[in-house]
Amino acid sequence: MSAGRTLFDKIWESHLVDRQDDGTCLIYIDRHLVHEVTSPQAFEGLRLAGRQLRRPEATLAVADHNVPTTDRSAGIADEESRIQVETLIRNCADFGVPYIEVDDPRQGIVHIIGPEQGFTLPGMTIVCGDSHTSTHGAFGALAFGIGTSEVEHVLATQTLIQQPARNMRITVEGARPPGTTGKDLILAIIGKIGTAGGTGHVIEYAGRAITDLSMEGRMTVCNMSIEAGARAGLIAPDQATFDYIKGRPMAPKAGAWEQAEASWRNLPSDPDARYDKEVTLAAAEIAPQVTWGTSPEDVVPVTGRVPDPDSAPDEGKRQAMERSLAYMGLTAGTPIGEIAVDKVFIGSCTNGRIEDLREAAQVAKGRKVAEGVQALIVPGSGLVKHQAEEEGLDKVFMEAGFEWREPGCSMCLAMNADKLEPGERCASTSNRNFEGRQGRGGRTHLMSPAMAAAAAVTGRIADVRELVG
Amino acid sequence: MQKFTRLTGVAAPLPMVNVDTDKIIPKQFLKTIKRTGLSEGLFYELRFDEDGNKKGFVLDQPAYRDAKILVAGENFGCGSSREHAPWALLDAGIRCIIASSFADIFYNNCFKNGILPIALPQEQVDLLMDDAERGANAVVTVDLETQEITGPDGGRVQFEIDPFRKHCLMNGLDDIGLSLQKANKIDAFEAKRRQEQPWL
Repeated sequence: MSAGRTLFDKIWESHLVDRQDDGTCLIYIDRHLVHEVTSPQAFEGLRLAGRQLRRPEATLAVADHNVPTTDRSAGIADEESRIQVETLIRNCADFGVPYIEVDDPRQGIVHIIGPEQGFTLPGMTIVCGDSHTSTHGAFGALAFGIGTSEVEHVLATQTLIQQPARNMRITVEGARPPGTTGKDLILAIIGKIGTAGGTGHVIEYAGRAITDLSMEGRMTVCNMSIEAGARAGLIAPDQATFDYIKGRPMAPKAGAWEQAEASWRNLPSDPDARYDKEVTLAAAEIAPQVTWGTSPEDVVPVTGRVPDPDSAPDEGKRQAMERSLAYMGLTAGTPIGEIAVDKVFIGSCTNGRIEDLREAAQVAKGRKVAEGVQALIVPGSGLVKHQAEEEGLDKVFMEAGFEWREPGCSMCLAMNADKLEPGERCASTSNRNFEGRQGRGGRTHLMSPAMAAAAAVTGRIADVRELVG
Repeated sequence: MQKFTRLTGVAAPLPMVNVDTDKIIPKQFLKTIKRTGLSEGLFYELRFDEDGNKKGFVLDQPAYRDAKILVAGENFGCGSSREHAPWALLDAGIRCIIASSFADIFYNNCFKNGILPIALPQEQVDLLMDDAERGANAVVTVDLETQEITGPDGGRVQFEIDPFRKHCLMNGLDDIGLSLQKANKIDAFEAKRRQEQPWL
């Protein structure tokens, strides 16, 4: 009898178009998301070679990285940003790609709108010229980021040349403690395995703390798989997955739905499936997490202190720590809870969904943003924004002194006007604390939306558990 | 794509771990709609201070101005999928990067642009890093055919590479052209899929 197969094995094998003798595979791509930053050169390549799109209907485009989050009625002020968005519009028109307009209520971050529209379904292969494509793995879809040359390859052939990944399982056992979220789980995981811990692997997340998460929380976990170096993250689809998808605009309709759901129920890994690497964490030991340095693996609990470079395992790491501390303007031994912030950013494909805004609003309600702190709320999509407004969250935020913005990637990577000034410190719900990521000289501390809201109202990094009991 | 067969050139040392793609090319240079001219933004924040003055970054030093090889720390190219990172390196004349490990997407992107990323055990990277510290004398030869690196003193190191990637790089092959030759297999796959999973 053959060995059990993992969720990854099942998706991989069902998408094999061809396998060469040298092991190189051609795999079929079901869905392709496109945004304005990584696609212009791909469309240009198609034009130069006189090639067409193989399946425009399996492709969905939206502008998200460059769009302003303030009033958009006057268009995009920055010329290069505007040209990039206009180029996407023209490419989509020329090649017949469905495009969601900037003023469409469905516009938003590509990884938020895919699931919202039911474009993302279990068992699929999904790609995008964006590393956070791993987000869609929350639905049990094999989803990964690709470069622009591969974007062009998918546009032309609906396939990719790939080598199979190895299987890794990360199990978070037990119930998630109060005050912690999917963000805290994934930060703790990255802190444990490091930013190269998942290299060459697809990570399957399992255990009660994972399966207890809502789809929003699962997306946050899978989103940051790339920060652990993994090619993709996966969570087995279950009833929560199906309930989320059912009725969405592009989800299978009645009749086809039953057939689809029956097929998706066969996707979870077999009980005897084998993994190349296994890691286990106890949820009970996870407190709200904060990054102190310039790599997502630089994680400490909010109750901890800025670490000492002399505690590094080797010289390379010690130098990296020294460099991080200098960049971050921090001294070893400082309690995390004493670090004051200048800005707060709540949003991004990691934490720009409705549940994230609800959690932040719970902290913001009846409080005020601390003096001297600028706090932005950037919903992940127009639909998230609308939902939040229906629930009155916008009023909660505005009464507390937060700015309520239009959807987009915003200060996660600061390609639009939202950015940090040199030396400014930010409590951010985004995914990368790299040097310069949120603006040259900007200092980023990654954390959950509730923790970021707590930082906004206290003016420093604060333990949200002390604010919301 | 430019072929890669044998490369001889100066190797520049970049002894940093986790060099991310934001560091290789910051976001303000991603607003281009072209693949060329990106060397302007390469390692921008390491190269220039806030007033735009050069800080003496290794690739700006006279000895390394014509470097073709970069020797770096582990997990090189982590972070974003931006292919602008290899485009910028290529535009600056870098055709080969040697490190103890690479992030997957960056590694993959290199091969699409005629750049050879070589992963070696840390001890060997350390030796090559020492060689690279010698400035203009740090001339290293990388032979893809024999999968061998020759250092300035004639020391040789073998490296591993996936045979298909090697084949494509040595011949400068266009991936898309290769895959389009399998159009009948893609057609058959899609036909089967429509039957089995009509909701897709």
